Amino acid sequence: MSWLLAAPLIIPFATAVLAFLFRNGPEGRWISVMGSAALLIASGLLMQAVLAEGVVAGQMGNWPAPFGITLVADLLSAVMVVITGITGLAVAVYALADIEERLEKLGYHALFQVLLAGVCGAFLTGDLFNLYVWFEVMLIASFGLLILGGRRQQLDAGIKYVTINLVSTILFLAGIGLLYGMTGTLNLADLHLAVQEVENKGLLTVVAVMFMVAFGVKAAVFPLFFWLPASYHTPSVAVSAIFAGLLTKVGVYALIRMFTLVFTEDVDYTHTILLWVAGFTMVTGVLGAAAMNDFRRILSFHIVSQIGYMILGLALYTPLALVGAVFYLVHHIIVKANLFLVAGVARRIAGSTELSAIGGLYKTAPVLGLLFLIPAFSLAGFPPLSGFWAKYILVKASLDLELWLVAGVALVVGLLTIYSMTKIWGNAFWKPHPAGMQPKLGSLSGRDRASLILPIASLAILTCVIGLFPEPFVQFAERAAAQLLDPVDYVATVLGTEVEGATGLAQLEGIE
Amino acid sequence: MMNSLILNAATRLLVALLLLFSIYMLLRGHNLPGGGFIGGLIGATGFVLYAIAHGCSATRAALRVEPQSIAMVGLGIALAAGVFAVFFGDALFTGQWLFLGATEDDYGLPLSSVLVFDIGVYLVVFGSILTIVLALEEEV
Repeated sequence: MSWLLAAPLIIPFATAVLAFLFRNGPEGRWISVMGSAALLIASGLLMQAVLAEGVVAGQMGNWPAPFGITLVADLLSAVMVVITGITGLAVAVYALADIEERLEKLGYHALFQVLLAGVCGAFLTGDLFNLYVWFEVMLIASFGLLILGGRRQQLDAGIKYVTINLVSTILFLAGIGLLYGMTGTLNLADLHLAVQEVENKGLLTVVAVMFMVAFGVKAAVFPLFFWLPASYHTPSVAVSAIFAGLLTKVGVYALIRMFTLVFTEDVDYTHTILLWVAGFTMVTGVLGAAAMNDFRRILSFHIVSQIGYMILGLALYTPLALVGAVFYLVHHIIVKANLFLVAGVARRIAGSTELSAIGGLYKTAPVLGLLFLIPAFSLAGFPPLSGFWAKYILVKASLDLELWLVAGVALVVGLLTIYSMTKIWGNAFWKPHPAGMQPKLGSLSGRDRASLILPIASLAILTCVIGLFPEPFVQFAERAAAQLLDPVDYVATVLGTEVEGATGLAQLEGIE
Repeated sequence: MMNSLILNAATRLLVALLLLFSIYMLLRGHNLPGGGFIGGLIGATGFVLYAIAHGCSATRAALRVEPQSIAMVGLGIALAAGVFAVFFGDALFTGQWLFLGATEDDYGLPLSSVLVFDIGVYLVVFGSILTIVLALEEEV
């Protein structure tokens, strides 16, 4: 078991070392592609094991839980690792044509692989301090990628990014310290049991809010999101695509994990805060996007607004809402990474991402238009694409709880998303190019065209498949949500013992 | 880069002290607070100080090797030390021990893959901190 769990960490790290050794030649980028493909295969095998056997856990270095570091995969972790593999491979292929040789020589591919390792590690770890370590791995790798090339604009963005993330890190560490002081353990499964014994419930809630702020910064929720639109449009396209797809979602994942497994004592309080945060995040993100006039900046603000939907699923804390949150996570990563990739191709052939400086893409590059429309409509929630089902489940979950306002906000934000997408469509695709250029995909060399369009098309097909055949995906999300709400299996597998007494679901029913 | 005689003179002594202390922390980390991470940080601090006193190009010359390469070599070492256990049929990252010159009632000199892992971590931290700091310092 330990191999299956460790492979998604070892493969990217080993690939990083190899890619760095060969950074001066063309081999480096192919090593990166092969490593990402291997990661995808490894994640598939892990998923297969989790589907067949339930929660899978492995103790690193043979130190038994809760003393050593546990790697553990339930359905949510497994699907997040698979999605990391898919996006990683897509972006690695895209990078073949997107990343200049200058950046490759500086070690772009190695940093990219280290980032993937950090993301997988955060999804797979069953230990709170280890989660912190993976966050740091991600932070260092993403900072490196952000400032790679060293343009002034990038450095400016990088400093903002790192400063706010360090604040979050300090809160996270302080929270870990307090939690350890109260319970004497940092193993997540063990914490699940230990927090029920804590007498000082007030302090526990304080610590819960500290974690909420720390992960909230990482997830870019209101009012802690400002670093995201300030930095995501500055690095190269492949980098911003992987950031947009995966990084903030690690924060969302950590929130979901902590607030279903550990902090379920005072749901009335913590999840009400989350509900407000979710609402404001959706609204401010979409309004910010409406005010922007740059392809990637609009998309960046939409990340913020979409994060709101996922937090909404967690905040409602019903089985259906968590199904929505899991479904939304998966759908969103694919769609958002894809939109950034499309923006990159638009810049490549039309010369800019500034909407006032480009145009005419529909007339001369209709294929790109189609490939933009699929993720864009999915983002806005058009049937029959994946985003429709994701939004449908979440709105239904809020209606079930008779939270009319929340459901209304979710729907209106969807409408405003369409406004932004039509703004991009109208400016970048419909209006004639202001400089009279005729942007064509044919202007790219055959190899570049293949490695740019292939990942976009594959991700678009995936979006369509999820949209047209949602049944197995929703069923999967239902199983994942059930595991989150009733973590008996998780705790028992990690600790290797049978668990008795109240767990998440039992508490939930107590509240209703 | 600062032009200060006091800093320049003090740096000569401090760099050596910091590097020595970093190795002490690395070795001490096996059973006591310390280890590769903190050791690497302290070691990097020494060269950061050097960069402030003498400039980045002098620091790169003193390092001889690109800091990125140091970090990547470290990553490779740590990874190899972790996977090493598998060849002996243990779980990943299980410490492997060799007791040099061990007799019935004496453990001899214990050597472990744990230390190798820690040295890898040391190099990763050392290299990446210097990469970032030198990049920022050169830009300004």
